[in-house]
Amino acid sequence: MPTFVYMTRCDGCGECVDICPSDIMHIDKKLRRAYNIEPNMCWECYSCVKACPHQAIDVRGYADFAPLGHSVRVIRDEEKGTIAWRIKFRNGKKDMELLAPITTKPWGSATPNLADVPAPSKEMRNSELLFNEPKYIRMDNGGLHTLESNGLEIKEGVQY
Amino acid sequence: MSYQTIIEDDIDILVAGAGLGGTGAAFEARYWGQNKKIVIAEKANIMRSGAVAQGLYAINCYMGTRFGENNPEDHVRYARIDLMGMVREDLAFDMARHVDSTVHNFEEWGLPIMRNEKSGAFLREGRWQIMIHGESYKPIVAEAAKKSADKVFNRVCLTHLLMDESKENRVAGAVGFNVRTGNYHVFKSKTVICGAGGASNIFKPRSVGEGAGRVWYAPWSSGSAYGLMIEAGAKMTQMENRIVLARFKDGYGPVGAYFLHLKTYTQNAYGEEYESKWFPALQQMVGKEYLDPEVSHRTHRPIPTCLRNHAIINEVNAGRGPIHMVTMEAFQDPHLEEIGWHNFLGMTVGQAVLWAATDVDPKYENPELTTSEPYVMGSHATGCGAWCSGPQDVSPPEYYWGYNRMTTIEGLFGAGDAVGGTPHAFSSGSFTEGRLAAKAACKYIDDGKAEGIRVSDAQINRRKEQIYKPLETYRVYSNEVVAGTVNPNFINPRQGLDRLQKLMDEYCGGFGVNYMTNDKLLNIGLKKMSILGEDLEKVAASDIHELLRAWELKHRFLTSESVFHHTLFRKETRWPGYYYRGDAMKLDDQNWHVLTVSRRDPKTGEYTMEKAPLYHLVGDAEKAPPEGH
Repeated sequence: MPTFVYMTRCDGCGECVDICPSDIMHIDKKLRRAYNIEPNMCWECYSCVKACPHQAIDVRGYADFAPLGHSVRVIRDEEKGTIAWRIKFRNGKKDMELLAPITTKPWGSATPNLADVPAPSKEMRNSELLFNEPKYIRMDNGGLHTLESNGLEIKEGVQY
Repeated sequence: MSYQTIIEDDIDILVAGAGLGGTGAAFEARYWGQNKKIVIAEKANIMRSGAVAQGLYAINCYMGTRFGENNPEDHVRYARIDLMGMVREDLAFDMARHVDSTVHNFEEWGLPIMRNEKSGAFLREGRWQIMIHGESYKPIVAEAAKKSADKVFNRVCLTHLLMDESKENRVAGAVGFNVRTGNYHVFKSKTVICGAGGASNIFKPRSVGEGAGRVWYAPWSSGSAYGLMIEAGAKMTQMENRIVLARFKDGYGPVGAYFLHLKTYTQNAYGEEYESKWFPALQQMVGKEYLDPEVSHRTHRPIPTCLRNHAIINEVNAGRGPIHMVTMEAFQDPHLEEIGWHNFLGMTVGQAVLWAATDVDPKYENPELTTSEPYVMGSHATGCGAWCSGPQDVSPPEYYWGYNRMTTIEGLFGAGDAVGGTPHAFSSGSFTEGRLAAKAACKYIDDGKAEGIRVSDAQINRRKEQIYKPLETYRVYSNEVVAGTVNPNFINPRQGLDRLQKLMDEYCGGFGVNYMTNDKLLNIGLKKMSILGEDLEKVAASDIHELLRAWELKHRFLTSESVFHHTLFRKETRWPGYYYRGDAMKLDDQNWHVLTVSRRDPKTGEYTMEKAPLYHLVGDAEKAPPEGH
């Protein structure tokens, strides 16, 4: 269900061009507005729809199997940390609004900067542990699971 | 050509493609290499790139060890039976023992993970799956990778790895081009962690025309993980193990939450249970070790996914299709109904659009299911990818050569789709593999293994010429014809892709032939592939965007060629429901209880195939799963 861009809403800002994972949102050189240059490489992922500051981009179901007359619209708000959807059926019988959180923290605030954390010890380097481990990897205070700790062997051939 | 050459030198760790695997690599590399130079090259924008660009509604790989739920070896056993025994259990165990740490990091970074209000544990969808509000899964993870990386090159499509000229079989970086400016980018690096993607769109999709992008795995997953590594001569494993998905028809919306959480089930067109009647004959094909409904019922051992596909395929062929997902019961509960819709909006919006367009309300109508075209990848429920070293403390000697997740090319590491034999990693496991690869890559550098790398200008210039050749071909020949896309001197990337897909479908077991192939078909297919390979030397690109498509096609081609060789080599039907070898319709543990390993000689393009021993974790017999799962 490829995307399309409403002529009167697009101002050619290029946010959709910047974000599209498939590189199919391009600016039309004459009209100075965005459009989908390759609908058959569109995954209907809505990345561009969500990124558009003017709600200028919408989706019309793939012509090979989706009849006209439906609507799935979205507003993603990083400040509120929410995403709001509205789904309208072709026959008008269903009109749903759905809201979901997209993050639990102020946007971008909670990711660590690993250049600033204490450097790993030599012992840790020589172990199989990763950053922040063994935190979270088991319920007791033990270390990383190994074949030995879990009473396992690794053997060749059909073993079951 | 007037494109600039931009050289980024003295890189320690180059992350080639930053989906979940690549972002994991970039993130973790900063911890083990606080003074190292870490660079990401990504053909899209890392905030929305890779298979998770759209978001996810579940994390499919989480042990819950700290809540007393599962141990790593339990997950290995699950992946083993699902893949009919063919798993690198050392890698799978290693991923599983670290993955919980990854998931808890995600939660700390702001990813909304649902909780079970009674137990306080993460809310389970199934034994391994937890439920999330993951619309922003990728941007949240990308923020972490961005903080760790010195530089992020968005919109740079890597086409080739650079190879060291002072020591054979050692990586030296990568090259590619910027899909906006067209500039040529050279990354000279001591190590490369390949986080590029698996392959959609190599088999003819069921969708046609405008809908051709409606594939299960992202259309931008162009098999570049394999294209890059195969071209450089890395050994690959299990490339025959393509996956076919039973999903909601046309939209390919996910079924996991429906089966596991909403407790929906399938039936044939006439409202009958159909699965069990196909099992006795199927048991004759695969043996009791792999299909024993009684044992599965008693011990919660899953029935392998391919075998469930087999039942769908056969029921439909018997004239009792379509298969329906029975949603009408579950959807009477408004809470479950809402979850059903959120599930699509969080990861496959297209399915919601399709049901809105066709007025399918699952509360009043049981939607259709279908089996998809095959996909080749290594992070979801299958294990195609590079033959990699495992960790020292787990791996047997045949699986260990010094550095965890290092391929058979020195300094070249893999994560996610790139690593073979590690199915059921999914998003969290791929990120975890990236972390493991990053730690190992830092160690490789600190051990002095990357000293004295030499890359000549000749190599750099040769690659540059190769990369831009499709533009040159277009420039030289396009004016020979009046207009249009028909030209006797070249094909465009779309035409090449169409030919590849048709060839894969008809000769390598696509949906169009009910997933059936045999030695004769495969040999004919390989002959045609070789000629397609010649024609791809004449692929033409009218602009930089088409140049991107041309290189994606070349990566898809290399992936497909490898799939052909592997499928021909494994003379048995190991995964009925994924594909069938008509000339060897039985599973054959006598001869094929092994992993398949291939290498394409970079100089001659010739393939050599070998069998690698298959090891299994034994001991500590499977306990019954905890209550409520």
